[in-house]
Amino acid sequence: MITDALVIGAGTAGLTAGIRLARGGLRVTVVATGEGCLPLASGTIDVLGFAPDAVQSPLGALPGFLDAHPEHPYRISGLAGLEQSLAWFVKTAEPLGYQGDLSRNQWVPTVLGGLRPTALVPRSMAAADLGGGGEVLIAGIRGFRDFHPALLAANLGRAAAAPAPVIQTRAIELDWPGSAGDMPPFRLARRLEDPEIRRRLADQLRPQLGDATAVGLPAVLGRERAAEVHADLEHRLGRPVFEIPGLPPSLPGLRLFDCLRRALLDAGGRLLLGSTALSATHHHDTVGSVTITQASRPVEVSAGFYVLATGGFTTGGIIREPDGQLREPVFGLPVHGLAPGQEPFGDQYLAEHPLDRVGLTTDAQGRPLGTAGGPHAVNLYAAGAVLAGALPWREKSGEGLSLSTGWHAAEAIVGRRREDAA
Amino acid sequence: MDGMSMLMENEGMAVRPSLDGCIKCTICESACPYAAVTEHFPGPKTVGPQEERFRHGPLSADWSVDYCSGCGICSRVCPQDVRIAEINSRARAQLKEQRGIPLRDQLLARPDVMGRLGRPIRPLFNWAMGTPLVRVPLERILGIHRKAAIPKVAGRTFGQWARRHPVRPAQDRVVYFHGCSTNYFEPGLGRMVVAVLEHQGLAVEIPEQGCCGLPLQSNGNFPAARTYATRLARQLSSIPGDLPVIGSSTSCALMLKREAREILGVEDPALVDVSQRTYDIFEYLRDLHEQGRLKTDFVPVELTAAYHAPCQQQNQLIGKPALDVLALVPGLRLVELDRDCCGVGGTYGIKREKYEISMAVGDSLFSDIRRTAPDLVLCDSETCRWHIAKATGFPVIHPLELLHRAYGGH
Repeated sequence: MITDALVIGAGTAGLTAGIRLARGGLRVTVVATGEGCLPLASGTIDVLGFAPDAVQSPLGALPGFLDAHPEHPYRISGLAGLEQSLAWFVKTAEPLGYQGDLSRNQWVPTVLGGLRPTALVPRSMAAADLGGGGEVLIAGIRGFRDFHPALLAANLGRAAAAPAPVIQTRAIELDWPGSAGDMPPFRLARRLEDPEIRRRLADQLRPQLGDATAVGLPAVLGRERAAEVHADLEHRLGRPVFEIPGLPPSLPGLRLFDCLRRALLDAGGRLLLGSTALSATHHHDTVGSVTITQASRPVEVSAGFYVLATGGFTTGGIIREPDGQLREPVFGLPVHGLAPGQEPFGDQYLAEHPLDRVGLTTDAQGRPLGTAGGPHAVNLYAAGAVLAGALPWREKSGEGLSLSTGWHAAEAIVGRRREDAA
Repeated sequence: MDGMSMLMENEGMAVRPSLDGCIKCTICESACPYAAVTEHFPGPKTVGPQEERFRHGPLSADWSVDYCSGCGICSRVCPQDVRIAEINSRARAQLKEQRGIPLRDQLLARPDVMGRLGRPIRPLFNWAMGTPLVRVPLERILGIHRKAAIPKVAGRTFGQWARRHPVRPAQDRVVYFHGCSTNYFEPGLGRMVVAVLEHQGLAVEIPEQGCCGLPLQSNGNFPAARTYATRLARQLSSIPGDLPVIGSSTSCALMLKREAREILGVEDPALVDVSQRTYDIFEYLRDLHEQGRLKTDFVPVELTAAYHAPCQQQNQLIGKPALDVLALVPGLRLVELDRDCCGVGGTYGIKREKYEISMAVGDSLFSDIRRTAPDLVLCDSETCRWHIAKATGFPVIHPLELLHRAYGGH
């Protein structure tokens, strides 16, 4: 198979790179073992939430954060590149209506009633920012196992620590109109696209609204027609409605996946799911081809450029062999971040583990370094969680670093093509 | 041999052990087009990796796996490479083994028998399948939904035509695997495939061939399916020379490539050999193009065509080569329909109790087609073509037919 650019991985970084490259005029194939992280993600765009204290303004905190963490992947795109990539994302994901900016984090509820900082939220969570306090009604659906409004409301009432503004909460449970079986979120979402179901839910909700200034619901407000579902509920209730993402599968994440996938196809890119990149061939300082799996026999894909966006240790982008060796399985790139003989895991599950920060290091263009110190290959780039030096789940930086590095790698490739053509 | 390697040995391509890779992330459940619309199917993870652990001995955990259509989307989206659809296909066969396969499913599982029986009484058969006078009682007696699309039987089989069609001598030769549907229902498609391949300067060998066994497999009759698949592989490999085997029926090509080995566990040397050299027709044409060997003497085709890549085509993991090749045709406006499944699932949507589910699954595809309002809809799988045509009223053809037209064919 022949393509201009092969992107390996269909998470935020891979899709970002793929779309940007396809819009830059390259024939792009995005190949991935399966759907990436997005169906499990909250759908918000985290940039920097803890460093290690709670960050109120990512823009204000990032320069100091980068000084303290010179190995962090944010260094690749720099602050300006990060801002550009976010602006690009908001435009690309326009149908989902992302809002917010880097000057101020929004504090949105978790399904257990905590508050977490994030930079951008989709339209369906626009009213979820409770950083300034508020009076909210949390409405669950009786029988829906993944959302417990009383627990959520009680915790949320305590979440805003003094002297932060007060959050007043009430919790109710609604009866689902009709049967939805054991109520998986994706089926509830689909049923909610029926206006009659919405009318019957809203009729139950309206008398309970009281003084609530906003209504929080489980994040099941439609999939394809989510904008219509959300707008209709707000109209029927006469006040803002926001989604609270919970256990996977996550509709806000799925909608984002749908949106980016559509953007890739609209730009002429190809998405090949179910196929795993196995190995690569090299000619001197250039990657010649990557072998991927098919139904019966593997096939070599020849591309001018390659972007590796396979994720970190948790998703198989980095592998730890039984002998303790860390390995990047497709290109055999050296993995950085763990000293020889260093214990990879700490004692506590939720503590930071040395293994968390391992990954690839790159040059300024985003090309992973080889054993000799320079780029492993002149046409190989890396993006997202496969990069060393970050702790996304703790920093709350996952989407920011995937977007900025995916976008940056694609910019570098498009720029080089332009130079070659000139 | 230790326990694990013995298990692997018995498992052929290691379907069942793959369930240990399941991290219960639910990505398959949110991607399953069937679980989204029916409570009868709780989702691929639930009936697959989850319930599989309870399938020991004679009793299956429940019936719901029968509501899996076998579209295979779950396996394709799984980031852990768990063979979910394959586990479920085996579980369905186990269920059928215990409880028996209804007469209807035995019939639907044998398109070659339907074709052979229908042909001598062709006018009667075609009339009967088109009139409620027959279809309503047929639904009551057999459980074949009255509105389900049933193809018309052709007068002359493709095989009959092929026997009289001399192989054009050429240096490069290929074997054509036409499948039952081309043989009995759409022989014209087969003739176009041969014309397009000969136009590339290839000699096209067409050995006698039977059914691949896919409908038997999806209806849970594994023993018969194994016999069919093995026999077909031997027929196709009867032409010496390790030639590429080119299929125009995309689900049957997948059966040869992988499913017969992975799901049925057939390890007959002929099948192993053929599986490694089977190509989907557009996969092969795209390869030719990349080698600079595809003829591009196209006449302009001023049409808008909307392409639906069926599940079994996507499960070959070859991308969408029909779009790549048709993009070369001047004048043609191609629209990619970004939907996973039309809902028919081979014979699934023909069944009385599953027809409504099938229509609900296909609804988003049908809406997209109506919104696009193309001159033609393109789809590589015959059962999907018949289902989409019946549901939307749009003409639905194999993309190869359009390519044939672009080469000036009629």
